[in-house]
Amino acid sequence: MLTKRIIACFDVDQGRVVKGISFVELRDAGDPVELAALYDHEGIDELVFLDITASHEDRNTVVDMVRRTADRVFIPFTVGGGLRSDDDMMLMLESGADKITINTAAVERPALISEGAYRFGSQCIVVAIDARTEPDGSMQVYTHGGRRPTGIDAVEWAREVVERGAGEIMLTSMNTDGHQDGYDIALTRAVSDAVGVPVIASGGAGSAQHMIDAITEGKADAVLAASIFHFGTHPILDVKRQMQAAGIPMRMEHADYDDVL
Amino acid sequence: MSDPRLADLDVIILDYGAGNLRSVVRAVERVGAKPEVAAVAAAMDDADVVILPGVGAAADTMSNLRERRLVEPIRDYIKADRPFLGVCMGLQALLTVSEEGGEHPCLDVLEGRVVRLPEGRKIPHMGWNRVEHRRPTPLFEGIPNGAHFYFVHSYYCDMANRDEVVATTEYGTDVTAVVERGRLAATQFHPEKSGAYGLRIYRNFLLQHSSNGASK
Repeated sequence: MLTKRIIACFDVDQGRVVKGISFVELRDAGDPVELAALYDHEGIDELVFLDITASHEDRNTVVDMVRRTADRVFIPFTVGGGLRSDDDMMLMLESGADKITINTAAVERPALISEGAYRFGSQCIVVAIDARTEPDGSMQVYTHGGRRPTGIDAVEWAREVVERGAGEIMLTSMNTDGHQDGYDIALTRAVSDAVGVPVIASGGAGSAQHMIDAITEGKADAVLAASIFHFGTHPILDVKRQMQAAGIPMRMEHADYDDVL
Repeated sequence: MSDPRLADLDVIILDYGAGNLRSVVRAVERVGAKPEVAAVAAAMDDADVVILPGVGAAADTMSNLRERRLVEPIRDYIKADRPFLGVCMGLQALLTVSEEGGEHPCLDVLEGRVVRLPEGRKIPHMGWNRVEHRRPTPLFEGIPNGAHFYFVHSYYCDMANRDEVVATTEYGTDVTAVVERGRLAATQFHPEKSGAYGLRIYRNFLLQHSSNGASK
């Protein structure tokens, strides 16, 4: 049975992980590659790196991070942040990323989705959607890190990106993001019901129960979390055990590279 | 730990413009071999093992292989029962025909059709799925039956000869996960993205065909 995925997300600024991270066992807790290797070891199913560096002029830092990650981590990982052309995508995929994610650039120029899907295949193209449930109940797409409203309906946009070739949707609720109070179940379900590709729920993870709710009620195919894992208070395997106990199929085997090889 | 027995193995990873070979190269290196990436058929002449990776669509894969004049050399190599490992599209390209984006003749070294996954589930089939062994093979040594591997695909291999299917996974139907015939093996999942057990697939296959293995 296909398992539900837990995806860890790192915001990276000039090659360093931002947001507080307090793993005592790491030599360098700000190095995204060290963290990626640790999360892989602890049983994470997939990783996302979002480059939030203000200037994307110099891509060498990100390329270096992607290459070093591909050297050490043998699970899928996605890279996003400031990718504006299929050549930008190519650079990341060639460096070892399995998928790329685009957000604002896709809203500004939707053809970018199909260009990427045509050149690399839909399975590489993750469209990130930041959406807010407005007081009137409508669900609106925001861009520029959630700061700029677009007037576009989130469910309509989700359908469109899939038609254009997105292989997966990473859906972040601006209402719940950062509160660790649970995912936006209604938004997640509305988008997941509307599209035939996998939907990753994002924004609001604070406990295993939140992840269970996003999957059972929100119909999410994967759940993304950042800070819940970064402080070590919710070990990944503990979270997975709770999710499995709730009847969700999870990848539980925990194999260490050195033991298996 | 990497295996010293694999250090002298001549492993060729075929580059036909399918993009990201880096993770396959790194996986093969991680288990102790020193692979060479090659885009010309002549590289297969002295190879101990040839690996055909790949993502994307069947039609592109076939036209890329044709452009690089790799179609006949791959067929001949496999016909000679030399060690060959296909991964994902590198499995699907081996079948008779693919229905992805129309009808596209493929390499036709394995009898069967590449068909769309059944409706009713999210497509692509993306994520870690449980792989059930259908019969024992050295390829699965050290890998528990039912361990999970990472899949990303929208079409699957409907094999004419079921005895060539050594493992399956469930996704609306019994999906071919691993095929094996003689020294040919191929996986629908991505072993280079499937953690430690994925790397173990590479190690097992390479060891089988190393000078210290049984079959050379």
